[in-house]
Formats: sequence, structure tokens, C-alpha cells
Amino acid sequence: MESETSSIGRRGPGGQSRRDFFRTAAIAAGVGTPLILSGCHVIGAAGREKLDFGDDFGVLNYAYALETLEAQFYQQVVRTPPGNLKPGEFEILRDIGAHEVQHRRFFKRALGVLRAAIPEINLSSINFNSRDAVMAAARNFEDTGVAAYNGVGNRLRLAEFLTIAGKIVSVEARHAAAIRDMISPRSRAFAGDDVIDANGLDRAIKPREILSMVAPYFKTPLRIAGL
Amino acid sequence: MTLQRLMDADPEIAEKLVSRRDAIARGASKSSSVAIGLAMGSVPLALAAVAKDVFAQGGLPSIVVDVLNFALTLEHLEAQFYVTGVGTTGLLSPETLPVFDQIRKHEVAHVAFLQQVLGSRAVARPSFDYSAGHGSGNGPFADVFSNERTFAAVAQTFEDTGVRAYKGQAANLMGDDGILEAALRIHSVEARHAAEVRRLRGQKSWISIDIPGALPAITQPTYDGEANRFHFVLARPVNSISMTEAFDEPLTKSQVMDIVAPFIAGA
Repeated sequence: MESETSSIGRRGPGGQSRRDFFRTAAIAAGVGTPLILSGCHVIGAAGREKLDFGDDFGVLNYAYALETLEAQFYQQVVRTPPGNLKPGEFEILRDIGAHEVQHRRFFKRALGVLRAAIPEINLSSINFNSRDAVMAAARNFEDTGVAAYNGVGNRLRLAEFLTIAGKIVSVEARHAAAIRDMISPRSRAFAGDDVIDANGLDRAIKPREILSMVAPYFKTPLRIAGL
Repeated sequence: MTLQRLMDADPEIAEKLVSRRDAIARGASKSSSVAIGLAMGSVPLALAAVAKDVFAQGGLPSIVVDVLNFALTLEHLEAQFYVTGVGTTGLLSPETLPVFDQIRKHEVAHVAFLQQVLGSRAVARPSFDYSAGHGSGNGPFADVFSNERTFAAVAQTFEDTGVRAYKGQAANLMGDDGILEAALRIHSVEARHAAEVRRLRGQKSWISIDIPGALPAITQPTYDGEANRFHFVLARPVNSISMTEAFDEPLTKSQVMDIVAPFIAGA
């Protein structure tokens, strides 16, 4: 279980020191420095084997892993679309796929040497010949992505990273609504009661649960630390 | 509700929550509701109870109060809009009614949720002019409650603006894990709304470049800046439309207030 208290010691100092931290990290990553130091606190190491949630780069690598999964899913859909898509649906799936590719590329470039190795993706459980199966998988990926970003935002220490995550998560939510509307047109499903609670809040799911939800799509398990 | 604030109010809270049996044994809790939460073995319940105590002491930092009241004003704007629209006979077609009623339900819930968090510090609901006429009732959207297309157009600008407004405030809530998470959870609901309303209007669910999409010129500020392709110092911008679609952009509080000003008739 993720301890509620684990976040107490984690949150770094705000204000100026936070900006210094950002600058240090950015410069160090840019020149390929393998270890990034902020004060006496090691916040990132090159050639990562694990998603280490002990620092912001672990959270970004987590997002990178999820975006990699989504991007590959839509690339497969676009390569071999179901024959029974309705008019206009292919273009929407193609657009969404292009967005996920942009997200993956963004994290790849932003993380640089701090990028974690993502295990090979395994989509063999999805029937790409079936519109229903593709739409259901897309809905699950998008809803999961939204819940994952919502659940991990408050682990981020750098305002810049939180804002970037915010820029991406709302697009994932747009995708989720569009997919849901294609499945159940003009209904309440785009923001259905299955995902939005009585306070009008979307889901927020913590990384450990998200990673178990997506585990079937990775050939080898994503290794995690720092939770 | 938020550990940082709880820490301020009660420096021993972390220790207590790690080991609640010890806490009970030591009689650590100061209020009976906290004691009940701890006794039931429910950390969230105990947390909620402690948070309530902190609220009662006026413990919300003023920056958080400001952000939440800003959000509450926008939620009032949206909630009143959908309540009126859904309640106006003959305005909405049977095809769109379930969509707008679902949005109404969420916006009303957001108002109630924010009011509950803010308690006595919640701002009052302003009076609105949904024609965007600064109170004249005769703005560019004068037929907003008699023409479904106008209603949907206003809905789109409210939702797309709301997404950008929450996004712009997230960093101001970083000291407060619980409230930040709640705000993010509202933020993605607004994005779902925006996507659906855009689909109803025959638009893509995402914002391409900075194009409003069949909306009057007055709405352009809701979309200004969305063409940004530069997101992080280490990630070079990519020259493609999908890059602009793939990232929604934040708005500052003052940008948002300028956008909604024509819809506010008075405080």
C-alpha cells in the first residue's frame, strides 16, 4: 500500500530553490551528466532500469511508458483498421494516434539520458479486426491515462512539469470523451457516472494500481521503485 | 485533506497516521471525530476529520482560497448556464438534452464541492448575462436561450476556457496535495465536456492551432496561445498541427477574467 505519509518528506522547498532545481536538472540533462544533484539529493540517474517515483523524472518516465503504450496501440489501429468503422471514425483514431505519438516523442526528448527503457509492448489480446474491440480498448487506454495523470500530479515537485502534465491530461480526457461518444453517441457516456463521481470528479488512480491495470500489455513487467 | 496543511496544524500527524494504534493508545487525537476515524481504522476518515478541524480554524492558505474562489466563480457561470438551458422548454433537442443535462449535473456538483471546501470563505454567485452583453442582455449571444446553436457555441467557449483556467492554476495548488488532486479531477471533467460539446457542434474534440471553430470573433481570446509548440527547454518544437492539438495550453487568471467579463452582469 502506498503510504499517505510518504509524500511528507518528499516535497521539496518551493520558490527560488525549486527554480534552481529545475535549472540544474535541465542543464545537467542537456549535457548528458549521468547524475543530477540538487543539494545533496540525487534526483536522477542515466540509463534507468526502473520507474523510480522518488523524483519527478520517475513520474515523467511513468507517463512516457503509458504514452508509448497508447502510441503503439493507435499506430496498429491505423495500420490495420477494423473494416466496420463508421464514416469519420478512422480520421478520429488517426488524429488521436498522432497526438499520442507527439506525447511519446515529447517525453523521449524531454527526458533525454534520463529516459527509462520501456519493455516491449504486447497488444496481442486486442482484436484489431473488430470495431467494438478497438473502441473498447481505446476507451480503456484513455480513461486509464486520465486517471493516471490525475493520480500522479501531486507527486511532481516542479511547477513546470505539473503544467506540462496538465497540458497533456486534458487532451487525453478529450480523447476519452470522443471515443466514448463514438461508442454511445449523444449520451451521457462521454463523462459517464462510471468514471465521474457524485462530486463531479474524474478518477485519480495511483501508479501501482495503474501499472497492474496495464501490465498485460507489456511483455516484461515495468519495474518500479520509490513508491 | 492535505498533509502539508495538517502538518502545519499538527506536526505529529504523520507519526499518528503511520501508527494509528499507537496514536489511539497515546490519546493523540484532539477531537472526537478524529478519534472515531482512528478507531474505525480508517485513515482517510481520520484525515477528513482532521481536515475539517483545520478548515474550522480557517486554515486554508490565502493563495488556495483565491484559486478556489476563482474556480468557484467559473463553476457558477457554467452551472447557472446549464441549469437555465436544460430548464428552458423547447431550447434543447432530445438528441442533445442528455449531454447537456450530464454537464449540468457536473457543474452543479463542482459548485457544491468548492463551496464545501471553502466554507464561509466561498464567494457569492455573481449575476450573469449569457448574451455576453456586460449586463445589457443584448450581447453577441442574445438568442442564447432560444437558439440551440447559440447555446452550444457558448457552452464550447465556457468549457474550453474552463480547461485552460484550471490548468493555469494547478501550480498554485502545489502546496496542497489533496486540493491539487481534486482540481485536476475537475480539470479533466471540463475537458471531457469540451470535447463532447465540440463534437455536437461538428468540430474536432481537440483544438487545432488556435482556431475557435465556427464561433464569433469575440471568442478568439479563448483560443489565443493554443498554437504553442514549445513546451519544454529540452524538447524541440515539432512543426505540425497535431503538435498543437496534442497539448492544451494554460490561461492566467486575468486572461480568463477578461474572457468571462462580458458574461458578468454584476457582483
